[in-house]
Amino acid sequence: MNIAFSILTVVVIGLIPWIGTTAVNLQYLFGIIIPYAAVIIFLLGVVYRIVKWGKSPTPFRIPTTCGQQKTLPWIKQNRIENPSNVVGVIIRMALEILAFRSLFRTTRAELKEGPRLAYGGFPWLWLAALVFHYAFLTVVIRHLRFFLDPVPFFIAWLARLDGLLEVGLPVYMLSGFALFAAVSYLFIRRVVVPQLRYISLAADYFPLFLILCIAGTGILMRYFFKVDVISVRELAVSLAGFQPKLPDNGIGGVSYLFYMHLFYVSVLVAYFPFSKLMHSGGIFLSPTRNLANTNRAVRHINPWNYPVKVHTYAEYEDDFREQMKEAQIPVERD
Amino acid sequence: MANDIPTPEELAKIDHKPPRKGWMDTPTEFRPGTWSYPGKASALKVLDLPNPREWQPTDEDWKLPENWKEIIIDGLKERLDKFRSLKIFMDICVRCGACADKCHFFLGSGDPKNMPVLRAELLRSIYKNEFTKAGKLLGKMAGARELTKDVIKEWFSYFYQCSECRRCSVFCPYGIDTAEITILARELLTLIGCNINWILEPAANCFMTGNHLGLKPHTFKENIEYMVDDIEEYTGVKIEPTFNRKGAEVLFITPSGDVFADPGIYTLMGYLMLFEHIGLDYTWSTYASEGGNFGLFTSHEVMKRLNAKMYAEAKRLGVKWILGGECGHMWRVVNQYMDTMNGPADFLEGPVSPITGTRFDNAASTKMVHITEFTADLIKNNRLKLDPSRNDHLKVTFHDSCNPARAMGLLEEPRYIIKNVCNNFYEMPENTIKEQTFCCGGGAGLNNEEFMEMRLRGGFPRANAVDYVHQKHGVNMLSCICAIDRVTLPPLMEYWVPEVGVCGVHELVANALIMEGENEREYNLRGELIGETEDNEDV
Ligand code: HEM
Ligand code: SF4
Ligand code: SF4
Repeated sequence: MNIAFSILTVVVIGLIPWIGTTAVNLQYLFGIIIPYAAVIIFLLGVVYRIVKWGKSPTPFRIPTTCGQQKTLPWIKQNRIENPSNVVGVIIRMALEILAFRSLFRTTRAELKEGPRLAYGGFPWLWLAALVFHYAFLTVVIRHLRFFLDPVPFFIAWLARLDGLLEVGLPVYMLSGFALFAAVSYLFIRRVVVPQLRYISLAADYFPLFLILCIAGTGILMRYFFKVDVISVRELAVSLAGFQPKLPDNGIGGVSYLFYMHLFYVSVLVAYFPFSKLMHSGGIFLSPTRNLANTNRAVRHINPWNYPVKVHTYAEYEDDFREQMKEAQIPVERD
Repeated sequence: MANDIPTPEELAKIDHKPPRKGWMDTPTEFRPGTWSYPGKASALKVLDLPNPREWQPTDEDWKLPENWKEIIIDGLKERLDKFRSLKIFMDICVRCGACADKCHFFLGSGDPKNMPVLRAELLRSIYKNEFTKAGKLLGKMAGARELTKDVIKEWFSYFYQCSECRRCSVFCPYGIDTAEITILARELLTLIGCNINWILEPAANCFMTGNHLGLKPHTFKENIEYMVDDIEEYTGVKIEPTFNRKGAEVLFITPSGDVFADPGIYTLMGYLMLFEHIGLDYTWSTYASEGGNFGLFTSHEVMKRLNAKMYAEAKRLGVKWILGGECGHMWRVVNQYMDTMNGPADFLEGPVSPITGTRFDNAASTKMVHITEFTADLIKNNRLKLDPSRNDHLKVTFHDSCNPARAMGLLEEPRYIIKNVCNNFYEMPENTIKEQTFCCGGGAGLNNEEFMEMRLRGGFPRANAVDYVHQKHGVNMLSCICAIDRVTLPPLMEYWVPEVGVCGVHELVANALIMEGENEREYNLRGELIGETEDNEDV
């Protein structure tokens, strides 16, 4: 049901630009207006979400400690998994963001004969997630070559690296296929593992399909139904320079494939701020990871700390004075 | 143990495959053994908590306040504005499932709603419906659903099947802490009077008498004096602890469970002997006679109200700093909340061990030192006379309690002590210790009798790891640094690994301590002949 709904949605999303640029001539809408709108929604949306998170304070220091605390000088502290200063926190966060450290821990629990619970297995999820994100990043950066004139050296360099395994024309870009493969794995995993299927929402399948469609149309355009790269670049540069202009000779090749690709990307970009994709921003603010465990060494301030009703010692002594005296427990007042 | 509990063989047949029907369409079932008795009106009244009444979860009508829905939505809004953690955790879960099989309650029960991600989703679905555009527009497709009375029942069931242990948080790529979500969800439930008695009654007791058990000052003192007598009988050493004494250097606070119940009392006897051995100038308090804090399992406010006694009493007695005994959730509160809530403790001094001169810089602001930090320092500086061979009949393993492990990182201190007071120490497998440790099955106020089946299920991963070292190395003693563990682990062991006993680390210390003026030390603190285990005692 969730899967069907998501597939249907991406199919409909694909049909819109197809009809829009073949049956009716709305190239201007799909080539210029919608991409701009998507970027504006993205920027405003992301800022809105992050400001909204930022508005809520962190009343308590609640890092999840995953290693030895800083304590007696002769006990070796785990400075990264249980950081006690900013440097440690930065390293911890960098490992989380760049290497998905926590996900790397993941094991699968298995109930065997005995009964014996065993934990193990290679962290495939971690690997697939890393491949997926880095491939995605590479693809995004490589695309900048369309927008920038001249192409910065590191993008050219990255593209060379990416195409290293193949010589000749066209150069096969690893990242595109890696992206496709990793997303496929992530999808199949969701369907095959019963617990995952049980928790998966349409909102989980949808971005996967969307990215599959983006990668799919991209691969088709590059290797099968070639579009005119010069024209695409013309359009991209004009967009980036805020002087939007459709290329005079069209996109060439199967041009609606290009508009589908662009529309899928626009949808992803516009959808981003309102979805779980915001995990990319949220991870930076996660209080169980981005705080140092200096809890007992440095006082943490809660901005909304308020006085509460307590049962004071005086009240307590009033309740029990006679019994305390009898038991020879010192009292304040006789 | 109640006899309607299945045998271990039956219980271990766990099906981790979720049903075909979606979770939103699966109603909550209140099967005996999976829920705890609701909070009594009397306890709620003591704490001025809303909606005191008599009710049962199995009732059709839960007697919620008229405007319960409004209360929950407003309460959720307030907490979203107050806790960035909640907002972020509600927004960024990608349902990758990394946390799913990390929860002991899921591993032991197979109930899919005990997967941390789904537990969080129970609240997230309401959050989405009320506070996000995607949820309002797309409803179920975005994972949103209407808040109904059935949702409240489901919350009550599953947020009181989470022991707030944070194991899930270790594996989550964003550190989403389902424990934090449970803490706040329980706050919401408390707003409409849906909480459990095993938490509320101790909290109410603690508020009035200073400790969970409701021990009045003279009883508290008497109980400790009984232990003093036992120590004299078994070791020949006479100890004279003081109570509410002004001007002592150190105030010692520990969970009241150890004042009362076997085997916790042996740990407490261990403290008494240790302090006598080193001549510590310290006092007990009958007012701050509880280290634990069941307020943590109720709401941040109740936690603060109960915790306030520690600093207040330290100030009244004019001590220099506070020493805290072995306890799990007490240390979560002390480490993460106390200073922020009830500090600054500027009337105290930075803790310095009067015996070794060591400054505990890591506790410079809170001014409270963990007993294993204190004792490890004593051992390192050679200030204890120890004969570890007195523990030779024990093959010891160590259970990291969730809170010191994952809300503090106190991992090596107890191990260092154990290795110095015992000759036989074996670690459980690495996926089950330190930051990956498994809950005892009864944390966060779930250590009650009526919840026994779920406790045995939730404790299964822990017990299974103990069983592993029991079979491999002949381990016969499970040590821990938590008073709740000392209550929950014995029945757990009895059920899954009956050959293994449970003790606190300071019981092991005391057995090994060579006290001045001691007798032959034929008996340990349990009154058993030293060098003989329970099994061959009768031979
Ligand atoms: C700071 C940057 C980011 C970090 C640290 C990060 C990290 C992660 C991690 C750890 C996962 C869980 C593993 C998995 O299920 O694959 C994940 C999932 C995901 N991420 Fe990211 N991510 C980032 C940025 C992005 C961006 C920019 C996108 C844009 C499309 C994205 C799309 C996704 C998707 C679709 C999933 C879900 C995969 C699934 O359904 O299994 N991420 N991310
Ligand atoms: S590990 Fe974290 S992101 Fe993944 S499902 Fe669990 S809570 Fe969500
Ligand atoms: S905090 Fe512990 S009990 Fe609660 S969901 Fe996470 S793993 Fe399970």
